[in-house]
Amino acid sequence: MKIVIDQDRCVGAGQCVLAAADVFDQRDEDGVVVLLDALPPQESQSQVEEAAARCPALAIEVVAE
Amino acid sequence: MVRTCPFDPPEEYRTLREQEPITPVTLPEGTAGWLVTRYEDVRKILTDPRFSAKRRFARTGDPTADDAPAPPPPPGSFIVMDPPEHTRFRRLLTGQFTVRRMKQLTPAVEQIVTEQLDAMAEAEGPVDLVQAFALPVPSLVICELLGVPYADREEFQWNSATLLRLDASFEEAQAAQQALHGYIRRLAIAKRANPTDDILSDLVRTGELTDDELAGVGALLLLAGHETTANMIALGTMCLLRNPDQLAALRADPALMGGAVEQLLRYLTIVQFGLRRTALEDVDLNGHKIKAGSTVVASLTAGNRDAAHFTGDPEQLDVHRPYGPHLAFGHGIHQCLGQQLARVEMKAALSALLDRFPTLRLAVPVEQVPMRDNMLVYGVRELPVTW
Repeated sequence: MKIVIDQDRCVGAGQCVLAAADVFDQRDEDGVVVLLDALPPQESQSQVEEAAARCPALAIEVVAE
Repeated sequence: MVRTCPFDPPEEYRTLREQEPITPVTLPEGTAGWLVTRYEDVRKILTDPRFSAKRRFARTGDPTADDAPAPPPPPGSFIVMDPPEHTRFRRLLTGQFTVRRMKQLTPAVEQIVTEQLDAMAEAEGPVDLVQAFALPVPSLVICELLGVPYADREEFQWNSATLLRLDASFEEAQAAQQALHGYIRRLAIAKRANPTDDILSDLVRTGELTDDELAGVGALLLLAGHETTANMIALGTMCLLRNPDQLAALRADPALMGGAVEQLLRYLTIVQFGLRRTALEDVDLNGHKIKAGSTVVASLTAGNRDAAHFTGDPEQLDVHRPYGPHLAFGHGIHQCLGQQLARVEMKAALSALLDRFPTLRLAVPVEQVPMRDNMLVYGVRELPVTW
């Protein structure tokens, strides 16, 4: 599982942080998504998928490897 | 369409969702538009850049004026803007409402909640929970965050309420809008001279916004910051009191409150008339031809009860239900900026209220609780409670 984020699309809603705080964070200055772990362990897959589903701006893509 | 139960959307929404989920309708101003009621379609509309958040029509109340273009939105009113204009404003604000910032704010919110409950406990019941608790808590919080004196609340609460009233005339709405903008504009100018530690001052410091834009942004945050959460706290309380099994489950296990807040948001969806979008080009939506310029209303209320999307029975409130993304904060690039604040406030307010008043109950029969049927944001006008 590989994660691709699009910081230009991000609207800083924070949904991804609620869903998977080990994988996503927000920049303090503008709330834009920061990827903490681009290749997270398999056990966080469902949380990462939830983060992608929750993202209102469609800024998170989960790519199967 | 009329509600038959204070917590359920009008029956017609379910019928439409099941039988005609993309429906041609006549909008309140008399023009033709579309109503979209399925969860998946609502999400589609709200994330598709071919649907603009700009209003096509002015709120003139004149059904013959259907080709009158809407006047430009007030400066800074970024909920009715599209990118890149919208992005410019949103990015100035998102840093103020991150998950981390709102977590740091939690003790301050809890402090405000405790003080309001202390004052309420001193009164003999019954009291109106809206005036004693549900409205003051988010008002105090947003005033503190923005840097707006809470002492001025009578003026801005009245103007905010007018802007949300469906039966307000065009002139009344304009006057309320101007009064609210004028008020924030004066504050912003004062902060330009003497900045303090709050969002308005931070916005002034960026040097990116004109005084009129500051007024627009500030007015929007002030209105959105107290009306919505206040109604969720009051209506959420009433809903729990009317669902004693759910209330008992929450009291037995306070750790359920985070999930309960999400379920109350979904179940009650107080932005009751949905979100309007305007098609920028001809769009084929599941076989329906939406013509360029048409207004589409995406019903958050109907989408949040869609049994084709939510597992279990979405018509029931169940505080144990696992989280599934809901539409209560909208969707797409305009999704609620203050949603993390709303979560913190609701959780703190409901937890402390239930804990402090174990025998809390309605002081009048449920049919006598006056509902906000004619307001853009649904809820109760007052909620007499005793304990």
